[in-house]
Amino acid sequence: MAAPKKALRTDEMVLSMGPQHPSTHGVLRLELKTDGEVVEEAIPHIGYLHRNFEKHAESLPYFQIIPYTDRMDYIAAMNNELGFVLAVEKLMELGGKPIEIPEKAQYIRVVVCEMNRIASHLLAFGTYGMDIGALTPFLYAFRDRETILGLFEDICGARLLYNYIRFGGVSRDLTPDFHHKLRRFLSKFEKNIDTYNTLLTNNKIFLERTKGVAVVSVDEAVQYGWTGPNLRGSGMKWDLRKDEPYSIYDRFDFEIPVGETGDCWDRYKVRMDEMRESVRIVRQALDQMEENGLLDDPNYAAKVSAKLRPPVGEVYFRTETPRGDLGYYIQSDGTNVPSRVKVRSPCFTALSAMRKLSRGLLVADIIAIIGSIDIVMGEIDR
Amino acid sequence: MKHPIETAAEHIRATAAEATETLNLGGAWPAGLPLETVILLALAVIGIISVTVVAGIPIVLVLMERKVSAYFQNRLGPTRVGPWGLLVTLADGIKLIFKEDMVPPTSDRKLFRLAPYVVFAASFAVVAVIPPFQSTVIGNMDLGLFLYLAISSLIVLGIIMAGWASNSKYSLFGALRAAAQIVSYEIPLGLAVLMIVMTTGTLNMQHLVMDQADGIHAWYMFRHPFLFIGAFIYFISAVAEVNRTPFDLPEAESEIVAGFHTEYSGIRFAYFFLAEYANAFIVSAICATLFLGGWAAPFPFLSGVPGIVWFLGKTMFLVFIMMWMRWTLPRVRVDQLMSLCWKYFLPISFVNILGTGVLALLEREEIGAQLGGLFLSADAVSWIAFPFILALLGWIAHSGTEPVRRPS
Amino acid sequence: MTAEEIKNVLSERLGGETVVELLESDADGETVYDPPQIVVEAARIAEAALICRDEDSLRFDSLMSLGAVDNGECLTVLYHLHSMTHRHKIALRADVPRAEASVPTVEQVWKTANWHEREAGELMGIEFEGHSDPRPLLLPENWEGHPLRKDYVVQEYYKGMKVPY
Repeated sequence: MAAPKKALRTDEMVLSMGPQHPSTHGVLRLELKTDGEVVEEAIPHIGYLHRNFEKHAESLPYFQIIPYTDRMDYIAAMNNELGFVLAVEKLMELGGKPIEIPEKAQYIRVVVCEMNRIASHLLAFGTYGMDIGALTPFLYAFRDRETILGLFEDICGARLLYNYIRFGGVSRDLTPDFHHKLRRFLSKFEKNIDTYNTLLTNNKIFLERTKGVAVVSVDEAVQYGWTGPNLRGSGMKWDLRKDEPYSIYDRFDFEIPVGETGDCWDRYKVRMDEMRESVRIVRQALDQMEENGLLDDPNYAAKVSAKLRPPVGEVYFRTETPRGDLGYYIQSDGTNVPSRVKVRSPCFTALSAMRKLSRGLLVADIIAIIGSIDIVMGEIDR
Repeated sequence: MKHPIETAAEHIRATAAEATETLNLGGAWPAGLPLETVILLALAVIGIISVTVVAGIPIVLVLMERKVSAYFQNRLGPTRVGPWGLLVTLADGIKLIFKEDMVPPTSDRKLFRLAPYVVFAASFAVVAVIPPFQSTVIGNMDLGLFLYLAISSLIVLGIIMAGWASNSKYSLFGALRAAAQIVSYEIPLGLAVLMIVMTTGTLNMQHLVMDQADGIHAWYMFRHPFLFIGAFIYFISAVAEVNRTPFDLPEAESEIVAGFHTEYSGIRFAYFFLAEYANAFIVSAICATLFLGGWAAPFPFLSGVPGIVWFLGKTMFLVFIMMWMRWTLPRVRVDQLMSLCWKYFLPISFVNILGTGVLALLEREEIGAQLGGLFLSADAVSWIAFPFILALLGWIAHSGTEPVRRPS
Repeated sequence: MTAEEIKNVLSERLGGETVVELLESDADGETVYDPPQIVVEAARIAEAALICRDEDSLRFDSLMSLGAVDNGECLTVLYHLHSMTHRHKIALRADVPRAEASVPTVEQVWKTANWHEREAGELMGIEFEGHSDPRPLLLPENWEGHPLRKDYVVQEYYKGMKVPY
């Protein structure tokens, strides 16, 4: 049927947001179908950073895969390493050839992972502020993040991609003044969190922008495979560190912050609260290390052969990274090269719900959602 | 009847001749030149001088913004160019001038090239009506305030031109947001200005300031509660009018990259940039003039201090508040922006207008003198009623807060 | 629930021939399966998935991971399941022949499977029957071959650009 000639022809406008865009957190491209400011649908297009980590892993000895895991979630590389290392160690253990990990290494792993969690959440906090339009929190967050990265530089020489956690322990011992510096940072940082909450979390405009936007129920979150702070934001108390304790997380006393409604603000708030809990864990770890005289213990890694040969078999192991459950599926054929490594990335599943979440929201809300699920494209594309 | 240009030329020539005589240059210079040359020369000289002076404002403001933001964010800000980084904006400007002037091939070239000048000219023209000190105002006209409202509305035209001509979706988004925003906030802004006009009955900016010259109690902001609220409405609307955070939606970089000037580069971008800061200065200056007494000293014993100090001091204070807001607050969303304007500011402005009218009436009519004169002046009574007025406004504002229903 | 019990529930509902076998770690550590895997006939994997999700005693409400593995003669799709209610884990395993690799989609069972299947589909070359949106996810459109297959050879040119460097 032909429309009347004089009538204005209206059509939805397709706006290609990204891959180069200030707030798509990397190289995400969103195909926005917009009707004015209202977004009918946002279709994520990913893969711009795809380099097929899984294929790389199939041709590398286990040891050499660790640096590649760093490059997935480059904001929280320690946590990625820990996941992979623990998966392989689990494989060894089930195969009857367990690697004895020194106590000190266990503590160091927890400390660096929780520090990295803080650094990651700080980045999420800062960039979320930027996404919403407040530019100052970003600089504040980076001030603290710099301290953490500086400490990492002290212990392993790298600020972003550490290659620090190894099979049987860690690659280097802590520096003698590490725990002093860390404690000084923690006490300063705890006060800073209050500042951040005043500056951004409880800001009226920020609340207006994030409260009630993109509400995800628990069922929906589980259906979409959401994990980590995103799932907890919906109100589900689920944290692998508590529910399936790995490493030595069962030795620490900490809370799992959860949200109430599952909107953007809840997801954001969970991260803010989690930083406090991480501070608690790091403090306890340092205390326990001191009590057990581990700080001066020279034994920070077990001797593990460079030609590590796990038994034949398949293992799926997941750990709690700052973004959620990071799962490694490793299939070993008994040689020193895995025959298949599959990564289940938390951001990947979080982003897959984007299309559903975005319906009928405004363009500005899309930015609020992307920031609130805290994605890292390196991990999504792998 | 003579052609207006000829009249103007004669006027200029006469002035020039007078000046020559006064300066004793011998009288040979202007008379020998043809008419058009004199006009052009005169215009060029005036133009260069005023643009240089006026362009100095945003250059200072840009530096100020960078320094202020730096100290807000635990940074140092620019330190390299010149002492304390003072020359950095100049260096930036020179860099922008030398940059390639890129015009997107798919754009509407003429409009694209014209748009920055429209914005620039419109924002700078308003400077003419602001009285910086007691004796001088560039254009001392009886319709000064009206001219300000009229010309500043032209800015949005330039922005829409830029957004449309760029032929980019982000630019279009920015332009449409700007149009909606500026046109909407023009209304509460205009109503706030109208209150002043109602109180004083003049549109001449210089007269407005002179009316406030008695001291801080005579400033319009503190005349009576409605004007007190009006001052806030004016300032917030003005912030929205010049697209600064939390109302910087037309150029929200995290959403639509750079909004209407996404496709601009080099000196054309610099024009937008300068205009933006000039605007921030101008609305602050107008706010200072209208509500805070302009060049008038706050207390009579301070009247020895030159007026320009007070004028710049008040203006810069307001500019600083704008910067403070920008580096502290997040950005509002489109629907929140609109609801703030239409559901809160507009009703409150109407109540303000009503209140101002009643007060003006009381002051003028005999009943006012009889009623209020028993105890206090009408203004004083209204200050006593201030909490009730605030409560009333709060009630009005609150009644508009049913949650915005958005399709899901 | 132990893996054995889960397998029994499944074979009760689907019939013994559909649920082929249960793969568990050896006691002596020769071969390791963690979590244990239940091999299910590929054509009926969607039904098995639905039972896993809805059966009260199973309640596998969370699909942890969906991945494909190249096992030489056959391709394997692995569904790692976890129950938030009962806190138990299992992996479903579907083996498909290399030549016509195709399994039913489980997208309607767990929404997160949508992207996982798209990823497995393009990287391993498995067709997920009935998938609502089978476009490539990570690879560019019209990329040739399936990179995660063991016999994958990189194409020489992609849109005129030389690929192997």
